[in-house]
This record gives sequence, C-alpha cells and structure tokens, in this order.
Amino acid sequence: MDPTYKAVSEFAQIWGLVYFCAIFTAVAIYALWPSRKQQFDEAARIPLRED
Amino acid sequence: MANVLAPQKRMTIGEGGLALTFAALALLCIVIAAKAYTPEYAFHAYLFTAASVASVFAIVNRYYDRPAETPLTIDGKPNYNMGPVKFATIIAMFWGIAGFLVGLIIALQLAFPALNFDLPWISFGRLRPLHTSAVIFAFGGNVLLATSFYVVQRTCRARLAGDLAPWFVVLGYNFFILIAGTGYLLGITQSKEYAEPEWYADLWLTVVWVTYLLVFLATLWRRQEPHIYVANWFYLAFIVTIAVLHLGNNAAVPVSIFSPKSYIVWSGVQDAMVQWWYGHNAVGFFLTAGFLAIMYYFIPKRAERPVYSYRLSIIHFWALIFLYIWAGPHHLHYTALPDWAQTLGMTFSIMLWMPSWGGMINGIMTLSGAWDKLRTDPVLRLMVVSVAFYGMSTFEGPMMSVKVVNSLSHYTDWTIGHVHSGALGWVAYISFGAIYCLVPWLWNRQLYSLKLVNWHFWISTIGIVLYITSMWVSGILQGLMWRAYTSLGFLEYSFVETVEAMHPFYVIRALGGFLFLCGALVMVWNLWKTVNAAEAEQPAGVALAPAE
Repeated sequence: MDPTYKAVSEFAQIWGLVYFCAIFTAVAIYALWPSRKQQFDEAARIPLRED
Repeated sequence: MANVLAPQKRMTIGEGGLALTFAALALLCIVIAAKAYTPEYAFHAYLFTAASVASVFAIVNRYYDRPAETPLTIDGKPNYNMGPVKFATIIAMFWGIAGFLVGLIIALQLAFPALNFDLPWISFGRLRPLHTSAVIFAFGGNVLLATSFYVVQRTCRARLAGDLAPWFVVLGYNFFILIAGTGYLLGITQSKEYAEPEWYADLWLTVVWVTYLLVFLATLWRRQEPHIYVANWFYLAFIVTIAVLHLGNNAAVPVSIFSPKSYIVWSGVQDAMVQWWYGHNAVGFFLTAGFLAIMYYFIPKRAERPVYSYRLSIIHFWALIFLYIWAGPHHLHYTALPDWAQTLGMTFSIMLWMPSWGGMINGIMTLSGAWDKLRTDPVLRLMVVSVAFYGMSTFEGPMMSVKVVNSLSHYTDWTIGHVHSGALGWVAYISFGAIYCLVPWLWNRQLYSLKLVNWHFWISTIGIVLYITSMWVSGILQGLMWRAYTSLGFLEYSFVETVEAMHPFYVIRALGGFLFLCGALVMVWNLWKTVNAAEAEQPAGVALAPAE
C-alpha cells in the first residue's frame, strides 16, 4: 500500500472524528444557549406572522 | 406611450444586455445546428435558437408593457413578485403528471416487455431516465423553485430580487428539462444516473442555477426580518450544494462544440465515487434539504402552530448537511472502492438517523395543540403523512446501507421500493400539500373541494402501499434467489428464473403506480376548478381591500 495513501486516510479518520465532534458541540451550544431562547421562540413564529 | 407624469422609462442594462446575449446565442446555435455531427444535436441547437429568439421578443415586449418602475413596497407592504411562483407551480403539476405517466408505462414494460414495441425511442432504457428526471428534476425541481421563491419573499418580507432574473431562472430551468427529456428519447445521454444530460445541457443549467443562487441571496440580503428563517437555510443549502455537485460530477470535455458527446475527466473507481457522491447528495440535498424547507414553512403555516422546537431545527440543519455529504459510498459496497471508504459511507449513513429523525419529530410535533386538524384538514394530513414516510424511509435507508443488509438488498427491487417510499411518500406528498396551500394563496381563492383532496389522499396512499410492499417482497425474493446455492455449490436459479418469479409483483407495482397517477389527476382537476371556477368568490376577498 502506498504510504501517502495510508497517511492521508489515517489523518482523515482521526481528525475527521475530532472535527465532527467539535462542530457538533459548537452547534449544540449555539442552539441551546439559554439567553437565545426568546430569539428562537420568536423565530419559530415567523411563518405565522401576516403582513 | 403616455408616461408623461411617470418617471422616464428606460430599458435597463439587464434587459438590453440579456436581449443582446440571447440574440448572439441564437446566431451561435444556428451555426452549430448547420455543422452538427448528428441530426439529434442539430435539433437541440434549433431548439436553443428558437428559445433564444423567443426570449428576445419576450424581453422587448415586456419592456413596452411594463411600468417605468416596479415599487418594492405598496402602502408599506412588500410588493411580492408571484408571477414566477405561479408559473413554476402550474408547470410542476404538468411535469408531475407526465413523470407519473411515464413511470406507469415503464412499470408495465417491466411486467410486459412487449410494450417496448421494439421502438428505440420508447424502450425502457430511454424512458427510465425520462421518468426519473421528470419526477425528480421537473416536478420536484419546479416545486422547489415555486416554494423557495414564495417562502423567501414571505419570511424576509421583501420582494424577490431581480427583474428578469427570477423569470430567467424558472423559464431557463424548464428549458433545461425540455432539452434533457427530448435528449433521452433521441438517445443523447452521458450515462450517469440522475445526471444523464450531456455537456451543453449541463452548461446551460449551470448558468440558470448560478442565477437562482444570486436571486435567492440578493432577496435574503434585502430582508426586512432580522432573522433568516430556518426554511431559507435549508433552501440555501440545497441551492449551493446542488451547484457544487453538478459541477463536480459533470466535469466533462466535449468531443467538439458540434457534437453532443463528451468524456468525463474522472476515470474508473474515482468516477464511480464522484458519481455517487453526486447521486446520493441529489437525494440528500435536492430531495431532502429542499423539501425539509417546505416542511418547515408549510406545516407551521397550515397547522397555525409555531415550529415545535426552533433549537432542534438548527441542530437538525447543521447535523444533516454535515453528515449527508459523506454517505455516498454506500452505493458502492463490495466494489473496487477501498474498504475504509465503504465503511465510512455506511457509518455516516447510520449517523444520519439522528438528524433525520430529529427533523421528523420536529415536523410532526409542530401539530401539538392542533392534532384535531388531522381529522378535518386532508391537506395537513397529506403533509404529516409525508413526514411519517420521511421517517420511515430514512430508517430504511441507513439500514440498507449496512454492508450485510446491502449484500442482500443491493441491485434488487428492494432499493426501488425504498426510493419510492421516499419519493412518493415523502417528496411527492409534501409537494402536494404545499401546492394545495399555494394555489389558493397565490390566486386568492378558496380551494375547490377538500373532499377531493381526501380522495386524492386515499387513492394515492393505497397506491404507495401497493408499490412499496410489492417491491419489498420482490426485492427480498430476488436477493435470496440470487444467493441460493445447491448442495454441490452451483447457483440454484438462473437469472431468468428470478425474473419470472418477480412478474406478479411487477404487475402489483404497476397497479400502485396507476393509483398514484389517478390521485394526481384528481388533484389537477381540483386545482383547475380552484383557479377557474372560484372567480365568483373574488369580490368577498377584494371587498376587504377597497383602497386598491
């Protein structure tokens, strides 16, 4: 097996996992941060507002 | 022209430039038609010429008819641009009926091969991409164009950006469909599943799609609402990703500008990988992200309830788009693709359960406090059942992507059944629901008959159930027959024996497709009566706005 290929695939497998965990955590923190609750509750009603 | 008091009317740079561009394109296409290698390609070049000339006339005529300026707001309310939305809605129903009909024909061809009539133009091999493209890209695509242009305007409280651009997008997209569809019948294909159109059609679609992206972004840019509503995020992900996928998978070099034939730059297993990276994300971003946007606008609107959990919708969005893009390799299990890439595709497919079901729960739970509406409103029922089908097929999909399951299911009718539970149950039902909402809103009418919607719902649902159950049985039967060995180690069945065994299920499948088509025809009748017969009810609506 080509060493470059092995190195690249190992890098992708390890750091891909770290990367996905990190961005998922970031998104979850952003979405669940308590002070944003009101903003998101309002956003949930956007389709219901008529002009 | 009596525009003495109005501001001076000028032809805009966009109008003049576009008219000149189309005139130049018409000339170029005449040259191509004259020197084309094949008559089929010449036919397409003439179609391009005719469409370009028609566009020049349309632009000039519109210039004489239009007012000097189109206001962005009227009496403080956004002056929404609903013309392109109406067009895309009508043409979506047209392509839908055409696509379902062709689907029925090819289902019958599989059951009764004599129906190929030994004619090349209507052989299964040419009609099959016609069916898939007509239902996915023509029907589904126009539903996405219509709803995205509607939703982005309403949730941003801003007029659609661009003057000619939105019309260029809807008309240009449908012209692409025309080129693609006639090309299949004439035998023009680059043989990539769900990406069959040749290089010149792809090039045209790229121009149209980039314009679509710009119109969408510019409309978001001029929004009056500070927050960008989640449906717009899904639409944007759909538009951007489809652009990237389309460019990556269609990186081809034409033989000559006078030939429809091109060669893809990828080769061997890389080509297969790129193809299924494209193919699976056509499912993920065209048939899922775009239609989830419809779910996030039309279900709250119809149920008159806010989104169940807006926070969940954010997590849903980011998780879905980051995971989907990696799932493609599950189409290439047990092939020359490296094992780790296959396992990666399988793993990401299984992880997709989470965002898929998160989204499904969010859509269904939006009805909390309004469950009674399911009994009285068949339109809402269509949409909720579609989300239930979404949950079912996104459970089935990851399960089938597991290698051991795939070793039984791959290349069998089980896959076809799975695709149709997603396509008929989820995509078509949420589209029907959205169109049943849109047509009365756009034309300012009452829906002609809810009773007919109920009929549509039940006829189609029986059709879908017949379709998917027959394909489950047929697929598993087929898979088991293929892998059956005798005690001496020989294959137990010849291929044609498996084909014979599937015949009854093919007939049931065709019956299911027939019912689905009948349901859609009921819908067309209902919409036709809504738009045409309801004019008597207009004054009641108009009376509320006497200022006009």
